[in-house]
Amino acid sequence: MNLAVRDIRHNAGRFVFTTVGIGLLLMIVMGMGGIYRGLIHEATMLVDRVGADLWVVQGGTRGPFAEISRIPATLEDRVRSVPGVSQVRRFVSHTIQREFDGKPLRMAVQGLSWPDDPGDWLPLVAGRSLRHAHFEMIADESLKLPLGSRIRLGKDFYQVCGLTRGMVGSGGDGLVFFSVSDAMAIQFDQPGEAIRLERAARRARLYAVDMGRLQPLLLDRAEGLTKGIPSLGPSQVSSILVSLKPGTDAAAVRRLLGTWPDITVYSTQEQKDLLLSGMVDKARRQLGLFRALLIIISTIIIALIIYTLTLDKIRDIALLKLIGARNGVIGGLILQQSLLMGAFGYALAWWIGRYAFPYFPRLVLIEKSDLVSLAVIVLVISSLASLLGIWKALRVEPNTVLAA
Amino acid sequence: MNTQSDIIAPAVEVTHLRKVYGSGHTEVVAIRDASLQVARGEIVGMLGPSGSGKSTLLTAMALINPPTSGKISIGGTPVLDGPHALVDLRSFRRKHLGFVFQKANLIPFLTALENVRIAMEINDVPPRQATARAQELLDQLGVGPRANNLPSALSGGEQQRVAVARALANDPSLILADEPTAALDKERGRQVMELFARIAHEHHAGVIVVTHDHRTLDVFDRTLDVEDGVIQSHDHS
Repeated sequence: MNLAVRDIRHNAGRFVFTTVGIGLLLMIVMGMGGIYRGLIHEATMLVDRVGADLWVVQGGTRGPFAEISRIPATLEDRVRSVPGVSQVRRFVSHTIQREFDGKPLRMAVQGLSWPDDPGDWLPLVAGRSLRHAHFEMIADESLKLPLGSRIRLGKDFYQVCGLTRGMVGSGGDGLVFFSVSDAMAIQFDQPGEAIRLERAARRARLYAVDMGRLQPLLLDRAEGLTKGIPSLGPSQVSSILVSLKPGTDAAAVRRLLGTWPDITVYSTQEQKDLLLSGMVDKARRQLGLFRALLIIISTIIIALIIYTLTLDKIRDIALLKLIGARNGVIGGLILQQSLLMGAFGYALAWWIGRYAFPYFPRLVLIEKSDLVSLAVIVLVISSLASLLGIWKALRVEPNTVLAA
Repeated sequence: MNTQSDIIAPAVEVTHLRKVYGSGHTEVVAIRDASLQVARGEIVGMLGPSGSGKSTLLTAMALINPPTSGKISIGGTPVLDGPHALVDLRSFRRKHLGFVFQKANLIPFLTALENVRIAMEINDVPPRQATARAQELLDQLGVGPRANNLPSALSGGEQQRVAVARALANDPSLILADEPTAALDKERGRQVMELFARIAHEHHAGVIVVTHDHRTLDVFDRTLDVEDGVIQSHDHS
């Protein structure tokens, strides 16, 4: 005869309410783990999906995700000449915030190396990849930009030609893919007045020196387009993505590129490690601490509930002792109740989480290994929580039943 | 199950029992020098005013309140020598003793049948056998039809009969009852006392009943007057 189940049946209301409370707490614990997994997934997804063998970034930096990296777009041609390199792509990444339908819209702008890379590797759920060099964009559906909609970014309008699912950046912002030139135009867009002021300032600086006054043609050049001034740097990208030919020794290519002092080269794994150790690590520790606190709180709550349930049964426990019940029977009653509370709470947490987590603003990724480890944790805390009740029950004298 | 030698031996034998609470100025002698013997098949009433020591004597025989000195043997087995246990007391209670109290003290989350079954299951009786025996006892005591009711759905008399069934479950050599009719009306009280007498005679158990109810003394084979921790016996036969 299972005393624990019969007692629970008798006190079903209290058990259900307590279990619901425990379940919600465990759901938060589960969710926190899922948020952490989601952070990792989102942070590393783009690096994985891009499918580059090597990432060439600004020398001495850890860009383009960990910090700002700026390298000349022409570096693409230098890298292409390295033996073993099969494909080279420019990559631009930066975050902007605009308004759409009167609401703030944050998006992580990614530049695709058109025409080599029109975004065919993207997981499209609607529309198509880029077909034109300009004014098209592939947006993640989390941004809620309808297919075919047009949005003004800088001085130009861009039309949504494709939609992806689950493509978000490490900050949780939806990714939007443009051609590199469009991405750069968006990044370096300036108002007309700012351009005019800059040109005037250039003219003034040039006029202040003899060379400018002696060569009026230079003054005309200074007032012209920025790209027409040789002394100013060419356009810059965040990184260059390198794909190697099959069978190529990646280490040898890295060694060669490593001799170029203006760049730093990372493998895909190193790029992911940089992301995780930098941006995600603090979030991981923060979530870990919250999880630990919630687990402690859950343990205390279960312990107090079990202790209270035990106090309610003190007379029955004394009676069981009087008629000769072994300590195992009494301890088992309390332990089983605690385990059942934990088990039902866990099941409830999983069930509610299945329906609730998809509505969270950021990805909550529940992996089987996390479910198993949480189940083990619940088993341990339920056992620990029962100790207080068992301790109380074992101290009850059988003659308590006579006093009652 | 009791052996032939168990049946021949007295249900309980108490020798020179003394129980003292506290020490020094706060010392209270609850039982001075009590000796008694109750045979199997005998029902004995224990009378006396409040504070006379009858409950102390009963709890000592119930092996939950060890005496300061003296010896207790149950079913021929020495179990207590002063405060020292000579056997595993809880295990001994499980196998050889039955208890009935003023209140039925049924476990509220178990049905009448389960309240009887539990006494057998903790004594390692297989569940099917325990269920059959519990139902048989409840039928014998007239509460068979209420077997699947929780205690809260039973009347006081029905609860007390379930408690008696539980006390009988393991075929004990000694049944100890502490004012079992106090919560019952006169008619129900008499029925319960007659039930105890029947149990003593039919089940060959020694039955000791602590009571204040002088209207039912005729059911006892013998009564013991306890006053200031001293026992006096009166034979009713």
